[in-house]
Amino acid sequence: MYAQMVETGVARVQDVSEMSPEERAFQARIDADVKIEPKDDMPEAYRRTLIRQIQQHAHSEIVGMLPEGNWITRAPSLQRKAILMAKVQDEAGHGLYLYCAAETLGISRDRMIEDLHAGKVRYSSIFNYPALAWADIGTIGWLVDGAAIMNQIPLCRCSYGPYARAMIRICKEESFHQRQGFDIMMTLCRGTPEQKAMAQGALERWWWPSLMMFGPPDAQSVHSAQSARWKIKLLSNDELRQRFVDQTVPQAEYLGLRIPDDKLVWNATRGHYDFGEIDWNEFHEVLKGHGPCNRERIGTRIKAWEDGAWVREAALAHARKGAAREPQAA
Amino acid sequence: MTAEWPLWEVFIRSQHGLAHKHVGSVHAADAGMAIRNARDVYTRRNEGVSIWVARSGDIHASSPGERGPLFEPSNDKVYRHPTFFPMPEEVKHL
Repeated sequence: MYAQMVETGVARVQDVSEMSPEERAFQARIDADVKIEPKDDMPEAYRRTLIRQIQQHAHSEIVGMLPEGNWITRAPSLQRKAILMAKVQDEAGHGLYLYCAAETLGISRDRMIEDLHAGKVRYSSIFNYPALAWADIGTIGWLVDGAAIMNQIPLCRCSYGPYARAMIRICKEESFHQRQGFDIMMTLCRGTPEQKAMAQGALERWWWPSLMMFGPPDAQSVHSAQSARWKIKLLSNDELRQRFVDQTVPQAEYLGLRIPDDKLVWNATRGHYDFGEIDWNEFHEVLKGHGPCNRERIGTRIKAWEDGAWVREAALAHARKGAAREPQAA
Repeated sequence: MTAEWPLWEVFIRSQHGLAHKHVGSVHAADAGMAIRNARDVYTRRNEGVSIWVARSGDIHASSPGERGPLFEPSNDKVYRHPTFFPMPEEVKHL
């Protein structure tokens, strides 16, 4: 998902009998659905895992602005341009809500940005793919934001208060993103044969990477089991992926587009769609840095950070000067 | 490596005449910039009619560990609630 394969640092999930009294008290609060707040006692592993997860999520929002930002100047109408700008602004906002949630756990904003630039923390695999045509912007809103909503709605109930509250804000805004994407797709699919072909091409490029967003099957993963125990992961990757496929297939049918999977078929016994094998090799290669745009994305972020250094410095100097000039309060 | 901009806590009054409510935080060089950043981050959809910002370092919070002793004094004063006093049904306007 936006946070993929988050490490918990545990080798196995502890049994209640092995826990210290503090750990047991903490787990009892989680089990009773009492939210954990910043100053509350929490196990170090919980804190570190949350920092990793929220940070990855925040970076994904920020890096996620890049493929769409590329299209602002080329949007086909003034209205589409204004909508796309509002959407990209929202992504910046989402990144900031999440950075501020992570900061409540004791990590500084600059440290998170350094970690991203140094390659110590990932962002979602999906943003390492290029947006080649205007239809890709429609597909990103429809599929990528659709997949994000699927993951983020359960996280509104997660155990850490500031993260849950950030998720609630984000989910309220995300629905606009998905709809504007689907609206672009509807317009293209009702347009000329060339426009419809462009929509079909974009769906073919983004379908499999969108399914990979949920991460590899994790029913056996110790990290996922631990995160589930802490209620910072509420549904398995495969459950979320299945929900996503089930909701998206009828939408593609409505658009008259073909999903690029020969094995995609309704399974009446399961009450779900069956679908083909995902190329996990591609997923792992992208995570390792070998996707089509990894270097470009991080390069762009580092350049923006370095180019902005003098602005950050000047603003601080200006603020200090202003404070010095102000008459001291009695 | 420049210093990080200070962190500010943001409080917003929504349009319904309620009190300001904490919504999150922003980084900014000074108070004016904190308000402008808070507007961009927290009120993109008319969520507010007024913004307060306060330096995070200036906020003092009670400690969760002292929750017991801190709030205990009111626990045994149930008579502060009107429901403590049973009233006869035939008596009105109480």
